[in-house]
Amino acid sequence: MSDNNIPRTVPIQSATFTNEINAEIRRAAATGIYDIRGGGAKRKVPHFDDLLFLGASVSRYPLEGYREKCDTSVLLGTRFAKNPIKLDIPITIAGMSFGALSGPAKEALGRGASMAGTSTTTGDGGMTQEERGHSTQLVYQYLPSRYGMNPNDLRKADAIEIVVGQGAKPGGGGMLLGQKISDRVAEMRTLPKGIDQRSSCRHPDWTGPDDLEIKILELREITNGRIPIYVKIAGARPYFDTTLAIKAGADVVVLDGMQGGTAATQDVFIEHVGQPTLACIRPAVQALQDLGMHRKVQLVISGGIRTGADVAKAMALGADAVSIGTAAMIAIGDNDPKWESEYQKLGSTTGAYDDWHEGMDPAGITTQNPELMKRVDPVDAGRRLRNYLKVMTLEAQTIARACGHNHLHNLEPEDLCALTMEAAAMARVPLAGTDWYPGKAGF
Amino acid sequence: MQTYDLEANGLRGLNETLHAQSGATNQTAWEVVNPKGSHAIAVGLDAPIEVTVKGSTGYYCAGMNQQATIRVEGSAGPGAAENMMSGTVIIDGDASQYAGATGHGGLLVIKGNASSRCGISMKGIDIVVHGNIGHMSAFMAQAGNLVVCGDAGDALGDSLYEARLFVRGSVKSLGADCIEKELRPEHIEILKDLLGRAGADAKPEEFKRYGSARQLYNFDVDNAAAY
Repeated sequence: MSDNNIPRTVPIQSATFTNEINAEIRRAAATGIYDIRGGGAKRKVPHFDDLLFLGASVSRYPLEGYREKCDTSVLLGTRFAKNPIKLDIPITIAGMSFGALSGPAKEALGRGASMAGTSTTTGDGGMTQEERGHSTQLVYQYLPSRYGMNPNDLRKADAIEIVVGQGAKPGGGGMLLGQKISDRVAEMRTLPKGIDQRSSCRHPDWTGPDDLEIKILELREITNGRIPIYVKIAGARPYFDTTLAIKAGADVVVLDGMQGGTAATQDVFIEHVGQPTLACIRPAVQALQDLGMHRKVQLVISGGIRTGADVAKAMALGADAVSIGTAAMIAIGDNDPKWESEYQKLGSTTGAYDDWHEGMDPAGITTQNPELMKRVDPVDAGRRLRNYLKVMTLEAQTIARACGHNHLHNLEPEDLCALTMEAAAMARVPLAGTDWYPGKAGF
Repeated sequence: MQTYDLEANGLRGLNETLHAQSGATNQTAWEVVNPKGSHAIAVGLDAPIEVTVKGSTGYYCAGMNQQATIRVEGSAGPGAAENMMSGTVIIDGDASQYAGATGHGGLLVIKGNASSRCGISMKGIDIVVHGNIGHMSAFMAQAGNLVVCGDAGDALGDSLYEARLFVRGSVKSLGADCIEKELRPEHIEILKDLLGRAGADAKPEEFKRYGSARQLYNFDVDNAAAY
């Protein structure tokens, strides 16, 4: 028998040392620096896909799809603010900075959100004319770096969002690499052009919940109690963080799970720190309920919201609204297949492009390159965002009516079941086909 | 002179009243009595008025000030004049942590000592401290001038950007990327102006200047130990 006839084992790829892991080891060995990228966690984690709605049955009757009203409006900031934010739909646009995003992209977000009847949010670097001018309701982020922080802009805002954490990087700051620091970005941030701009991981003038309460007091005094003050937290310790935010005086708690995106941070941070969005909601709602504040302090959930079903599921678990970032970027053209050849030149492909920090985004969204920025038509992109928001709302309404609810806020955990043990445990809804979930008392 | 009794009339009333003053007001002099360490006194002002606080204050006194001149006849709690844009804030006593944090403009004068993180992330404000300052002062300071007539604590100017630091006394240690630099004639002029406006009895020539070595401006793995 010749050697050629001996049966051979097939090559087996390691489940531990995967091609992706090996490539990262080689990249790290070649460069000596960790991988920085944009976006949120790409790893598979329990998510809204692991939940299903039960729909109507004998015990519950549905509402007629095109005849019976299903309200989608939401008021944010009803606890203390003289002027709470009134939104037509419970889907807001998350904070994304000018600097990380181009001016036309920010304008498109403002246009789309305004047409859909919702708010958009500034980011690190301050408020631009593009977004204030095109956003009927604008939330002003108050961030640790305080880049571009300006009381005149603060007073122009419809709400203030104190950013304590971000789902992509709980406990971490940001880095806007020098390639994206144009003259305008540099001027807004009071830093030289072309240097890497670090965003602090914690606020410079307060630490801890007792200080936060005083910081909220100060911001409320400056704005004469007119506008709501949100506190944004990462999905780290949602029960305790929500509790402390409420006790500090927040009007709204924004909770961002690990699938929530960032402009740029270390991949190891994005993939290994924080909890999945699904795991964060019920502890936060529990905190609100334990303090008697559910529906008095509103809860906004973000991190991986993609469809109307996700919206409905988040709200059924107790959220008052959701916020989208990555999905909004996709709606205005991020990772569009029409740029595939250019993604390939950058060593990426449609859907996977995440080197947002490098400023070479073919879609013209995460860049300050004047030629690339021209690829975003703010009017057209804004219209697409508006359409997308409307579709998500219609989808959520469809589900709510099927569950017999005349307002999205009437969705409840009892409308849901879980497909996996993990999702059942995290969402605290029964595993499909049972009336049990892990941790439920009595089992 | 308008007098506002903070204890009797409340904080919101004070700030709303002061916010209502415009550049054309003839009520340009205000006195706040019974501050008793309250937080957020005279925050968010935006008019060329003079406010004197007759006692010590809590957190964030004169926060985000624009145009106004605010004097604290006592000591100030954390975050005095934080994110100030313009105007003048004078603390007759000591200032706690984060004085002048993230300030974009204006002049903050501390006649006593300032605690840690004085001038943290300052973005254009001028700060003159007659006494000493605590550790980590001018951390990540971006622009403006910090003048210290006394001594500076540990890690002065850590991760400094383009702010100028002037210290007359000793510096316990410099932070990452902060180095001593030559005191040139233009710096003498800056000091002369700031010391004069702050009423500080010190000679510009007695100061040393510190600034950024600019070695950490763009990430380099060979500098990883400094981060």
